[in-house]
Amino acid sequence: MTVNTINIEPKSRMHPHKFTMWMAVASIIMIFAGLTSAYIVKSNQASWKAVVVPQIFWLSTLAILVSSFTLELAIRSFKQGVMHWYRIMMTITVLLGAGFLVLQWMGFTELWAHQVTFKGSGAGQFLYVIFGLHGLHVLGGVVTLIILLLKALAVKQRTSVVSLQVTGMYWHFVDALWIYLLVFFVLIGK
Amino acid sequence: MLSSIFVHTGPASGGWTTYPPLSALRQAGDGQKIGTDLWLISMALFIVSSLLGGLNYISTILNMRTKGMSMTRMPLTIWAMFFTAVLGVLSFPVLLSGAILLLFDRNLGTSFYLSDIVINGEILPNEGGSAILYQHLFWFLGHPEVYIILLPAMGMVSEILSVNSRKPIFGYMAMLGSMFAICILAFLVWAHHMFVTGLNPFLGSVFVLLTLLIAVPSASKVFNWLTTLWRGNIRFTPATLFAIGFVSLFISGGLTGIFLGNSTIDIHLHDTMFVVAHFHIVMGVASFFGMFAGVHHWFPKMFGRYMNNTIAYIHFWVTMVGAYLIFWPMHYQGLAGMPRRYLDKRGWASFNQFGDTDKMITVVSIIVFAVQLMFVFNFFYSIFKGRKVTTKNPWGANTLEWTTEINPGHGNWDGEIPEVHRWPYDYSKDGRDFIPQTEPVGENESKH
Repeated sequence: MTVNTINIEPKSRMHPHKFTMWMAVASIIMIFAGLTSAYIVKSNQASWKAVVVPQIFWLSTLAILVSSFTLELAIRSFKQGVMHWYRIMMTITVLLGAGFLVLQWMGFTELWAHQVTFKGSGAGQFLYVIFGLHGLHVLGGVVTLIILLLKALAVKQRTSVVSLQVTGMYWHFVDALWIYLLVFFVLIGK
Repeated sequence: MLSSIFVHTGPASGGWTTYPPLSALRQAGDGQKIGTDLWLISMALFIVSSLLGGLNYISTILNMRTKGMSMTRMPLTIWAMFFTAVLGVLSFPVLLSGAILLLFDRNLGTSFYLSDIVINGEILPNEGGSAILYQHLFWFLGHPEVYIILLPAMGMVSEILSVNSRKPIFGYMAMLGSMFAICILAFLVWAHHMFVTGLNPFLGSVFVLLTLLIAVPSASKVFNWLTTLWRGNIRFTPATLFAIGFVSLFISGGLTGIFLGNSTIDIHLHDTMFVVAHFHIVMGVASFFGMFAGVHHWFPKMFGRYMNNTIAYIHFWVTMVGAYLIFWPMHYQGLAGMPRRYLDKRGWASFNQFGDTDKMITVVSIIVFAVQLMFVFNFFYSIFKGRKVTTKNPWGANTLEWTTEINPGHGNWDGEIPEVHRWPYDYSKDGRDFIPQTEPVGENESKH
């Protein structure tokens, strides 16, 4: 589709890609709203088994929080045209994102070692499903970041600022979603 | 989903709702083995694809309208697609959550939906689960889903009735408001599918109230369709007939919804043929009628040819009369307590009286099915051999798609896309039959 036939008034309209990302965020929120409300309903039953959230998840929280910050710095450097800072910040963001996933996995294995397996239907089983599904969303974000990083390292590839910003929106969202989920499990899991 | 037909234990057999515990237990039957996993995975793929499609519709409608196309100048078809997409984007993810938990229960040994199960004397280790939890997650999508299916039909019917009665749509803003109200209420009524699951009766009464409230926007839409037709210069094209048929079916099916929406009457009527009749008339046949109306109306745009009218009229009348012959008697069967999903009811003396009715329904069903094949034939035959369209705008419609060439090229319009100056329902105005949306408003033009 050629762009010149699209006759949008440029003033004050959000870029369609950004808007679509907001709608996608709303949709993903509904997945986790469904799961966490199922959790709340179940947690009122007599046979409910609580879970102690391993400390390591706080470390992964730190990793993803910092990664949001570095991604924001990367986008800022990109806008200012300071490409070497952009590349450095993108690399750090990718490493932190991947680190987050590794830490999550370590958290799962620690829980498993404490006899919290798939058997039953208490907070532990919900934790695997909900944190696992969140991890898949982070994985999608990491893959996108890697693609952007590869483009940044290649000589002739160009990235549009909009696709960077849309990725940034998504990344901050999975960050915020993680904090919500962790707080949810710490507060209501007991 | 199709591939599950070819696995050696056969396709999913948990019914379309796939309620646990049966759907969560591989031991429950052959269909609960790999067939159900394939079904769940294909549903997950379907959900993701409809989410992406929905996102595209919403973004396109809100962000990429042509110049002058304000929201209240959009055709009602587009509005309906917009509300449909919003419903889908917000309700399908919850079904996905339910399906993920079910996949965990089936394959990884969790017990989200399972508890206290004994099969052939063997006690299963699952504990703490709740089968009702699945029903909540399922129906949180399940009810919006009926509007996901019905709203596009409502939008097309509004458009087609206005074009073919040569009158402006009656109550454009009321149409928008009622679709918005349906959209909101759709999220608040899911438990009316669960009145007999042991739901708290007080909670049930709240859902009764919210459910019956849907009658208000629905009645408003029916009123507007009838008043659009009222004293119009109606052209009874096949599309018009199917649109009017839709209104008739929507009224019939909607009224029986008021019975089922009452938790007290539902104790008697749930899981009977009454539900089958209600559901198939209002969501099955009515939405199919919307689709048939849309296909007949936009076929000239899609393929540059007309569909055959004679076949279309036969198709319409047989289906219309047939639908009522099939589903009307089912209401009485249901009121008499006849359950749904039974293959053979001859073992129950009280249902023997309906043996002949069942035979009649079966014969009519076969005839109506055969007539649908005529539609399929007409569709494909007309693509290649139908009468050719000779003008850009054969129905004299105002909307933009009729300003393109008969066989539009890539991007629909050569050069700039058109600018819009008015709403799409200026029919029979100031002595003119119709005024397309692309025409600027004249200085002395009257207001509708």
